Amino acid sequence: MTGIIGWGAYIPHYRIKAEEIAKAQGQDADTIKSGLRIEEKSVPGIDEDSATIAVEAAKNALKRANILPTEIGAIYLGSESHPYAVKPTGTIVAQAIGMSNNYTTADLEFACKAGTAALQIIYAMVKSDMIRYGLAGGIDTAQAAPGDPLEYTAAAGGAVFILGRENIVAEIKDTVSFTSDTPDFWRRAYQKYPSHGGAFTGEPAYFKHIINATELLLKKVNKKPTDYTYAIFHQPNGKFPVRVAKKLGFNNEQILPGLLVPKIGNTYSGSSILGLAAVLDIAKPGDTILVTSYGSGAGSDSFDIEVTDQILRIRNKSQSVQDYIDNIKYIDYATYLKYTKK
Amino acid sequence: MTVSKFWRNIPQYYNLIGKKCPECNSYYFPPRDVCSQCGNHKLEEHKFDGRGEIVTFTIIRTPLMDPEGEVIDIHAQTIPYILAIVKLEEGPKLTAEIVDCEIDEVKIGKEVGAVFRKIVEKGPHGVIQYGYKFKLVR
Repeated sequence: MTGIIGWGAYIPHYRIKAEEIAKAQGQDADTIKSGLRIEEKSVPGIDEDSATIAVEAAKNALKRANILPTEIGAIYLGSESHPYAVKPTGTIVAQAIGMSNNYTTADLEFACKAGTAALQIIYAMVKSDMIRYGLAGGIDTAQAAPGDPLEYTAAAGGAVFILGRENIVAEIKDTVSFTSDTPDFWRRAYQKYPSHGGAFTGEPAYFKHIINATELLLKKVNKKPTDYTYAIFHQPNGKFPVRVAKKLGFNNEQILPGLLVPKIGNTYSGSSILGLAAVLDIAKPGDTILVTSYGSGAGSDSFDIEVTDQILRIRNKSQSVQDYIDNIKYIDYATYLKYTKK
Repeated sequence: MTVSKFWRNIPQYYNLIGKKCPECNSYYFPPRDVCSQCGNHKLEEHKFDGRGEIVTFTIIRTPLMDPEGEVIDIHAQTIPYILAIVKLEEGPKLTAEIVDCEIDEVKIGKEVGAVFRKIVEKGPHGVIQYGYKFKLVR
């Protein structure tokens, strides 16, 4: 059995309301809010980046995992906002959480699904007995050009998972991917902000990949949507995950506990896995969870997860996602520009 | 600070690694080789967990300059910021920034916990220096 032995989340303290961005962009806030189904988004502090967010999330995961950091043999972190173009974020995080030097790492990038790509790699390494424990995470301080509709959603946060073969709190029973060359969203080298294909990011990109990956997984594990207690789909806005869930046959009761985007925005590589962290914060032994990420470019990773009775032992050892959603400070657009260095 | 000096101090900046005297239970941060209380030369490494309280604080309203007289960009962006002397639970006092709170929330005696943040980011080409800051325990 291979699975999650500890999970940790981190969302920065600051929030900006959609109304504040709409005011700066000369747009109607109610139209934006109902169109994107988003109320506010998280904003990193001036001294926060993907490395600092990953460190705080990893520390929270370690509090739950009940292992020594020196026992972790690999760390893979997915992000499209790694602080360095050349120098791995994993080295900074490993040093900061007290890992030994006997580990392997590399930074991952695959738009909003780099976190689940990390999870798949660590899962394979642990399952194959190459390492005893591994750490996988997805974090971002997402960028959006002033005036781009993405500015309403591009947010900061992340989640980290420690995987092992003993004392598992959520078994990863299987995982599949669906990937293609689809240029719906990209950022060229040396560019500060990403570009995207507008409505092209919908049907041929987000929906096609999530639906195919999820259906591949359901077929492989011989399950149907009603077999799951919870389902989490990538959350670029509040509308897409609800619509894709409906298309696949999942209901609101299954997806709402993991749907964080209306309150924190799209945390890119952290998006679907922060949803998973929020569900683990409340899940009961025996609950089943389906997670399907989406990364532009494009691909989806889908996971079949089952919660064990060990979850009750460790759940309260660290802050929950809801704790981070509740403890916030609103900032105005000028402060937001300063914090995001626009 | 040069890259090599920063690198040598990473255990202190990232992990609050100091020293403890096993003879008289004195704690030191930053680490030192000889116990100033009992003269013991065999001090042990000690990782402080970062809990402490504010001894005193001030508000910095002028951006910090480096030795060449250039504004260190991260501080130019964050003024006004709160600089405090924090007494760790084990006893040592250190100087650090208090983050994620309003100026009027900071009081002497308030409980704080260490967080991992960027300390200096000197321009778009330089190394990013990370380390400890503190936030109020809520």
